[in-house]
Amino acid sequence: MTTTTNSPASTPRPPAAAGTSLAPRRRPGKQPAPSRTGYWFLAPYLFFFAVFLVWPIIYGLWMSLTNRSLVNDESSFAGFANYSEALTDPQMWSSLGNTLFFTVISSVPLILVSFAMAYLVYTGLKGQWLWRLTFFAPFLLPVSVVTAIWAFLFTNDFGLINGLLDRFGISQVGWLSDEQVAMWSIALVTLWWTVGFNFLLYLSALQNIPDHLYEAAQLDGAGTWRRLFSITLPMMKSTTGLIVLLQALASLKVFDQIFLLTAGGPNGATRSILQYIYDAGFTGYRLGYASATSYIFFALIVLVSLAQMWFAKRKDS
Amino acid sequence: MATSTTAATAPAGSGREPMGSDVDARTRARAQKKREAEHLRTLTLGPGRKGRVAAYTVVAVLAALWALPMVWAVLSSFKSEADVSAAPLQLWPEGGWTADAYRNVLAAGDIPLWIWNSVLVSTLVTVITVIISALAAYAFSRQKFRGRRWLFVLTIAALMVPPQILIVPLFDQMIALRLSDTLLGVALPQVVMPLMVIVMKNFFDQIPVELEEAARLDGASDFRVFFSVVLPLSRSILTAVSIFVFISAWNNFLWPFIVTNSPEIMTIPVGLGTVKNAYGVQYASEMASAMIGALPLLIVFMLFQRHIIRGFATSGMGGQ
Repeated sequence: MTTTTNSPASTPRPPAAAGTSLAPRRRPGKQPAPSRTGYWFLAPYLFFFAVFLVWPIIYGLWMSLTNRSLVNDESSFAGFANYSEALTDPQMWSSLGNTLFFTVISSVPLILVSFAMAYLVYTGLKGQWLWRLTFFAPFLLPVSVVTAIWAFLFTNDFGLINGLLDRFGISQVGWLSDEQVAMWSIALVTLWWTVGFNFLLYLSALQNIPDHLYEAAQLDGAGTWRRLFSITLPMMKSTTGLIVLLQALASLKVFDQIFLLTAGGPNGATRSILQYIYDAGFTGYRLGYASATSYIFFALIVLVSLAQMWFAKRKDS
Repeated sequence: MATSTTAATAPAGSGREPMGSDVDARTRARAQKKREAEHLRTLTLGPGRKGRVAAYTVVAVLAALWALPMVWAVLSSFKSEADVSAAPLQLWPEGGWTADAYRNVLAAGDIPLWIWNSVLVSTLVTVITVIISALAAYAFSRQKFRGRRWLFVLTIAALMVPPQILIVPLFDQMIALRLSDTLLGVALPQVVMPLMVIVMKNFFDQIPVELEEAARLDGASDFRVFFSVVLPLSRSILTAVSIFVFISAWNNFLWPFIVTNSPEIMTIPVGLGTVKNAYGVQYASEMASAMIGALPLLIVFMLFQRHIIRGFATSGMGGQ
């Protein structure tokens, strides 16, 4: 056993933890002699890493300090003008607010519902493959298929949902056209589409709970609910931590389904921060300004990741 | 499903083993699994019927809710346009079922071409990503060289970079490289997936060093050791990573949407999402296109269900 393998491979670990597990300073067992072969193994990856990740980061940072335009090759240094403009633009803040609102209203159900699904399937109900397929399959659909289906379901006059409401004598809802409702509709679509991913993470974590814990609890006379709350949920703590982080990061990056369903409307009510970047750069032609907004968004992502690391560390000690 | 096909093909293919023992072992394993499931049901839901009835009810309601949008889309794709947009909702079409929408969509649109583009792009991304990530992961896991530590820290730090924020500089870069609006331009920026390097490194770390040392004593080079000892031991992780990369490349929307312009270069998510037919919204046709667009990955999923679920479960992370 090396020092790097201190947890079983089957439990997924947060990226942050992967960082702390590095540093095999003195590994027991023999080490291969130092050589340069390592560079040859790394070279192809480093090439792509440098060209398509490191360089765009640096180049984008430089762009954010200029007034580079998409249609006109001339650009000049602008200092922090783009940043101060972005930070004082109410539309930037409302897109950011929409994104945070979406993150909250999508993450909470995505975590609760995925756990409920995983727990039900884990209990060994018959028809496993059917439940798994039904809950996971939407995750495999391309976003445009998902949005095509839901735009149709949400249609005002002959959409399935309003049609059903009509049958029960309830007045129709403007699922995508009402400013108060649209973001909730998008969260609902997102729940349907992506819950399968969390479901699988939970399902695999549940399968790692040793049976004897339940057997012991049963001998002690713990009932069904008691076992769920005293064994299952506490055993799911680290998995839930991971899922919360991954879900928050995924929800902050929302773009595709909103862009295709409402294009940010009605009246900007569903515009996400990534769409603000897209609009600035590709419909407003202001690449420099779009880059600056990208970096503001990046700072937010880094903050969330660091906060998670900090929480994880505090829990450990 | 997957087990039944392997059960049918394996004895016919190998032919050496006596068929009886194989079937017996399978039956026994299945019985064992059944007993375990029963035991787990009793442990989690209690011995009585009440817990089970409640659990089945909830899971069935959830499954019905999750299946409904798909079922409705499939049904609608087999209706005529008039029936789909009939104002009081009708479950059973007055004009009867028809495959007209599919015929129109396949005759008029670029859908087969978009699927082909998606196959090309996703395959290219998967092949390149898996090769470069496996090599790099092996270097990080086993090789000793200067700068290894900080290069790996850099790879971990890169996990924090949302690829979406790079679209602006990448787009400019693609124009400079003359790769914008080409399939290569769609594919290449997607091959950098630090997560895959880390997942594979963790896997390689757990392979006992002794296996490689034996080969090395026989005079095998590092590359030889990697290709003939390490890779064959890593089939499970390679499958998992390949499937994961393929699915995410197949479903990627934002970057292909930014970098493509001509309909002939679009992938299926971009084409379906942005090119609408000229006659306004026709829902039967839309649902038919959506179903054709959904089919390829659903078939892949049916074929590799077990691998996909295991792969997502063990190495799976990183949202859309």
